[in-house]
Amino acid sequence: MKELRLMKGNEAFAEAAIRAGADAYFGYPITPQSEVMEYLMAEKPYERTGMIVLQSESELGAINMVYGAAACGKRALTSSSSPGISLMQEGISYIAGSELPCLIMNVVRGGPGLGTIQPSQSDYFQATKGGGHGDYRLIVLAPSSVQEMFDFVSLGFELAFKYRNPVMMLSDGVIGQMMEKVELSEQQGRLTNQQIDELYPWATTGKKPGKERRIITSLELDPGRQEKHNLKLQEKYRKIETTEVRYETLHCDDAEYLLVAFGSSARICQKAMDLGRSKGIKIGLMRPITLYPFPYSIIEQLSKQVKGILVVELNAGQMIEDVRLGSHDRIKVEHYGRFGGMIPSPVDVLYAMEKQIIGG
Amino acid sequence: MTQNFDIPEIRTPENLVYKKTSVLTDNVLHYCPGCGHGTTHRLIAEVIEEMGIQSEVIGVAPVGCSVMAYNYFDIDMQEAAHGRAPALATAIKRVFPEKFVFTYQGDGDLAAIGTGETIHACNRGENITIIFINNAIYGMTGGQMAPTTLPDMPTSTCPYGRDVKIMGNPLKITELLAMLPGTYYVTRQAVHSPALVRRAKKAIRMAFENQKLDRGVSFIEIVSNCNSGWKLTPVQAIKWLEENMLPFYPLGDLKVNGELVKKSE
Amino acid sequence: MTEEIIIAGFGGQGVLSMGKILAYSGLMQGQEVSWMPSYGPEMRGGTANVTVILSDERISSPVISQFDTAIILNQQSLDKFENSVKPGGLLLYDPNGISRHPQRKDINIYKVEATTEAAKMGATKVFNMIVLGAYLKLKPIVKLENIEKGLTESLPARHHKLIPLNLEAIKKGMEIVEIVHVV
Repeated sequence: MKELRLMKGNEAFAEAAIRAGADAYFGYPITPQSEVMEYLMAEKPYERTGMIVLQSESELGAINMVYGAAACGKRALTSSSSPGISLMQEGISYIAGSELPCLIMNVVRGGPGLGTIQPSQSDYFQATKGGGHGDYRLIVLAPSSVQEMFDFVSLGFELAFKYRNPVMMLSDGVIGQMMEKVELSEQQGRLTNQQIDELYPWATTGKKPGKERRIITSLELDPGRQEKHNLKLQEKYRKIETTEVRYETLHCDDAEYLLVAFGSSARICQKAMDLGRSKGIKIGLMRPITLYPFPYSIIEQLSKQVKGILVVELNAGQMIEDVRLGSHDRIKVEHYGRFGGMIPSPVDVLYAMEKQIIGG
Repeated sequence: MTQNFDIPEIRTPENLVYKKTSVLTDNVLHYCPGCGHGTTHRLIAEVIEEMGIQSEVIGVAPVGCSVMAYNYFDIDMQEAAHGRAPALATAIKRVFPEKFVFTYQGDGDLAAIGTGETIHACNRGENITIIFINNAIYGMTGGQMAPTTLPDMPTSTCPYGRDVKIMGNPLKITELLAMLPGTYYVTRQAVHSPALVRRAKKAIRMAFENQKLDRGVSFIEIVSNCNSGWKLTPVQAIKWLEENMLPFYPLGDLKVNGELVKKSE
Repeated sequence: MTEEIIIAGFGGQGVLSMGKILAYSGLMQGQEVSWMPSYGPEMRGGTANVTVILSDERISSPVISQFDTAIILNQQSLDKFENSVKPGGLLLYDPNGISRHPQRKDINIYKVEATTEAAKMGATKVFNMIVLGAYLKLKPIVKLENIEKGLTESLPARHHKLIPLNLEAIKKGMEIVEIVHVV
């Protein structure tokens, strides 16, 4: 029988971590995602599965604990919100450079600086274009429902270990704080230390007699070898770009106008699309699920069909750059956004579509 | 031209007085001649070999002179970001409670940029060993002021000496950490004479043995020289260390078995 | 069927938990539900509101600006949300502490003296359940048995002994709701 529960996005993420067989969560409280650790601490996952939950002294501490656990081949994760994620960038860069798998949740709030605790999508650039120093990418998943806050945890770990790469879930205050129905999946077992040894020949688990020692590092001072390491990373990113693109299209078959939005914005756009269609305007919606790798090809394809694209984001215009790249300037691509914690209503979105794209 | 110094008639079993520990690799150390890092590396490696825990140890290297420590220890190691080694070690020990986990950090790494990680790992009482090399200077980056640089001591970023009114005072972090309930064993050692080397090795052994007890952090400061950074010859540097460093950073145990050591004088 | 509701009042009045019980009850009835709170630094005394949507279909936007029903529990919320009720929609409010009453003529307006009644019952904490009862009398979108299940699911076990009192409050709310203006 299906196990249904009404949960906040943050709680669904936390429950998913336990059920995905995660080994360790390290975090530091910050609004609007503090429910993650609160839920985990209340649930006592160390009794349910043996999973470790530790409140660190800072986000710096948290991400470096994730680094340490990930380097041991363990399924480690953390969560935070924008200012905390900025603080984690150092560690994320090291994790990417050392090619370690882990899961990082950003429940985005408005910035810059201390900004606001209200929802925003203004960390798109930071998440998809690197974030910290050096040439690296995170695989970025954008949940747009509480169900996806749950489902993307096991998907995230799967991708992280497949590519030995950090995966970020880019959520926001709407998805983190809202409650929806969630269908819970069954408990997956945690890997034993022996399984980790067999599956992950890179993990530091203690040097075995007669075997080479294992070293986790991002340091290589020799330019030739560092370039080689970078080329290997780039090769991995190209592979991710060709195999891991995920998106959802709604009513795109007959669409004359296209909305492109991710996460909570996509939910608002869905209603705006319904409102538009009830008025006879043929609107479709394309929702990127992976923000990196970005679904350029479906944008390219749809830009040959529709008359114009409205990109709706809770920011001043970030994903629009990728949509423009995909559309090759074939058609009009405009941005509509609110920021600072303001959320547009479906009516506002439809009005923007009529004014900026259809009438403009 | 390579000269062969191997003389087989001398290299006989009865003449064997010293053998390099197998826990050190054959890689040539990049440390300056006369520096305490090499000696400390050897002591740690010997302790690991003597305890028979080579397959059970995970080490964490810092950023600083010992950034490439993982090239010399024949054990599994992780390289941390600057100052974050105690955070990595915290996680490693928690996911592998049965393993022996240690960090190896310099003064800038442990007592400046990583102060938060150091204090909180110690305060949580993580069951790990921390080896702290204090030479009062940033060696790797070329001799800049460290949190432990002595008053009036010149460095490249305080070329006229550390003016404590402007630059602040040296941080006696070892004394500070001894006060925390999470530390179980805190000691200050040195490795610039054979007697001190023997004593330091005992301390390192105890610090690793303590992990079997699960009582908290075992913390060893090694007061060391940096003859390159101090612009002295190795011999001068040892003299300078004894005359200047040791009065400020006195050697000895600060906390044993979780109890603060009372000074006799 | 889709019912889009805003519940708004002071933090501490049980605004969020009323919405949660309603959402849980919808879930028990096999409906799609969403519960989207305003969240802020206020814990008690500040304004709090929650958007609850119950539907037979997949819910698109959890964030909306027009509502089928507004349940209003203080003056600030009345000022803020009176105009957000769809024409022909429902506005239910507790007149306690309200000096400027609803003005609109194109919506159905009802009041429930929940604050007074809760005081009479000697259980101020069930205030929100009295309001919920009044709402369910006007729009019986979830069955009482599912409300009971919703209470069981959403309340921690240590509070389960209070469920009969909550159900009594819901029934009281159903009895005392009054018409102010109907279209």
